[in-house]
Amino acid sequence: MLVFIIRRSLQSIVVLLAMSVLVFVGVYAIGNPIDILISPQADQQDRERAIAALGLDKPLWAQYWSFLSGVAQGDLGRSFVHSTSALGLILERMPATMELALSAMVIAIVLGIPLGLWAGLRPNGVAGRSIMAGSILGFSLPTFWVGLMLIMVFSVMLGWLPSNGRGETTLLFGKIPVSFLTIDGLRHLIMPATNLALFNLALLIRLTRAGAHEALLQDYVKFARAKGLTNKRVIGVHVLRNILIPIVTVIGLQFGTLIGFAIVTESVFAWPGMGKLLIDSIGVLDRPVIVAYLLVIVTIFIVINLLVDILYSVLDPRIRLTEVKG
Amino acid sequence: MSIAGPSPATPLPAARGGAQSPFRRIVSDFVANPVAIFGLVLLAIILVLALFAPLISPQNPYDLAQLDVMDSRLPPGSPSPNGGTYWLGTDDQGRDMLSAIFYGLRISLGVGIAATVLALAIGLTMGLVAAYAGGRVENLIMRIVDIQLSFPAILIALILIAVLGQGTGKVIAALVTVQWAYYARTVRGAALVEKRKEYIEAAHCLALSPSRIVFRHLLPNCLPPMIVVATVQVAAAIALEATLSFLGLGLPITEPSLGLLIANGYQYLLSGKYWISFFPGIALLCTIVSINLVADQLRDVLNPRLQR
Repeated sequence: MLVFIIRRSLQSIVVLLAMSVLVFVGVYAIGNPIDILISPQADQQDRERAIAALGLDKPLWAQYWSFLSGVAQGDLGRSFVHSTSALGLILERMPATMELALSAMVIAIVLGIPLGLWAGLRPNGVAGRSIMAGSILGFSLPTFWVGLMLIMVFSVMLGWLPSNGRGETTLLFGKIPVSFLTIDGLRHLIMPATNLALFNLALLIRLTRAGAHEALLQDYVKFARAKGLTNKRVIGVHVLRNILIPIVTVIGLQFGTLIGFAIVTESVFAWPGMGKLLIDSIGVLDRPVIVAYLLVIVTIFIVINLLVDILYSVLDPRIRLTEVKG
Repeated sequence: MSIAGPSPATPLPAARGGAQSPFRRIVSDFVANPVAIFGLVLLAIILVLALFAPLISPQNPYDLAQLDVMDSRLPPGSPSPNGGTYWLGTDDQGRDMLSAIFYGLRISLGVGIAATVLALAIGLTMGLVAAYAGGRVENLIMRIVDIQLSFPAILIALILIAVLGQGTGKVIAALVTVQWAYYARTVRGAALVEKRKEYIEAAHCLALSPSRIVFRHLLPNCLPPMIVVATVQVAAAIALEATLSFLGLGLPITEPSLGLLIANGYQYLLSGKYWISFFPGIALLCTIVSINLVADQLRDVLNPRLQR
């Protein structure tokens, strides 16, 4: 186990380094942020001063080197636009994104597993078929458009829910601002979270249904029934436990996807998270923020993947970690 | 109704002569499902609309001489000055939404199909090379595939757009980069199975060149699963392009795809002018759903495990 974790961590560092070089070179190659940041009326002297202040006069490798030595000290560079630490900007917005992604995951789990079980236990019933047809829609509907339609119905037509922002936030543990503890915050949270949850809801429904469908044909279910166990116990304990392994894996892996897709939802609902920051930064070529965002998100992904692999081996003792490809 | 996905309960036509050609069998299996037929018909209509948009559209939405700013943001059903009707309303430039959607479909489908064809070509080659060559080459290619597939497509596409800059060609490049890995993984799986069969061994005995074995013998036998993946990925490419365009990081405004039309209506949504975003979204939805329905049935029909 320890060897596995060490090997994976080393591999992750290589991936991170490769990613940072690619992104650094790529972002460096497009456009010149100076053209956007300095007024066209500025004279040559002002331009040169600004370029020197931002470190843009140095050759590419020198910029990358100073970036790397900064990273080693936990400094991912300074935002050109906000003139504050890029990492600080991202960490400041991370709680909003995490809250959104977690809420979406909770919605998907709370609705998806029971609906999937229902469809799996009665595959030919009207409800089962409707649930599956609905899940196809969940896959097909483009997230951003569903978000717009939610705003149209619940904000514009019915006027029930606010269409943007986080609303009132309170501090969790005295540090982290969250929305879900206030009524106003919840009203702001519910639409974006539902929007973000849709895809995973559809995925969990399909996964649970397929698992339940298959499990019901297995011998251990027949045996449990022959033993005279109640239907509730057969399904709640025997079936559910056996289909939970793939479901837990997917939930874990999908959490990363949720953070990725939060970019879209945050843009639609003007949710002040990391994704919105990325889109804004790409728009004004705020290179340090783009590079820092990517390093942060790649790190999150690597950690999630590692945790899922470990969790997988805990849940299913038949899987040995050395066999899992890094 | 097999939209429930690849389930063993999918009804297949029972009567099937042994002399039937595989193609005829596939066709007869496909038409056995009314939902798949519906998807296919819808898809055909959409393709015709996209292909003949300039002939069908009531107005050329990008000919400024035909636009009248006085007609801007009219609700659906309003009369147009030349005696017609704006069935789906107009946008902020006085553009007929119906025509804009036909032209938008053209662009969205064009970009989606172009990206899929390119990604298919690259992915097929890489996957076949990996399976055939084995060893280090395979390890390298599949490791890249694994790493890439562990990140969500939207994130990779956004990074690429941030790195490459904007433009139609660059959006297609981003979509291809996102998607080639799916093909590479699928075709490698199929090729690893095919590789061990006798006909490949026979080809080796005939001393055929490796490229001939890979592309003339291995490739045709790996195609069925690729057709399914490609169909699904066209829909995914269209949705991804729409998302990028909606975020303002996709196609330029000179190439108004469905995503751009929706983005354009976003600012008017809050004032109750829903039609500018709503109808292009419906068009996008119909396109994606019809492709997915067809793909779903194709998967059942082409899946050898479900055939008796």
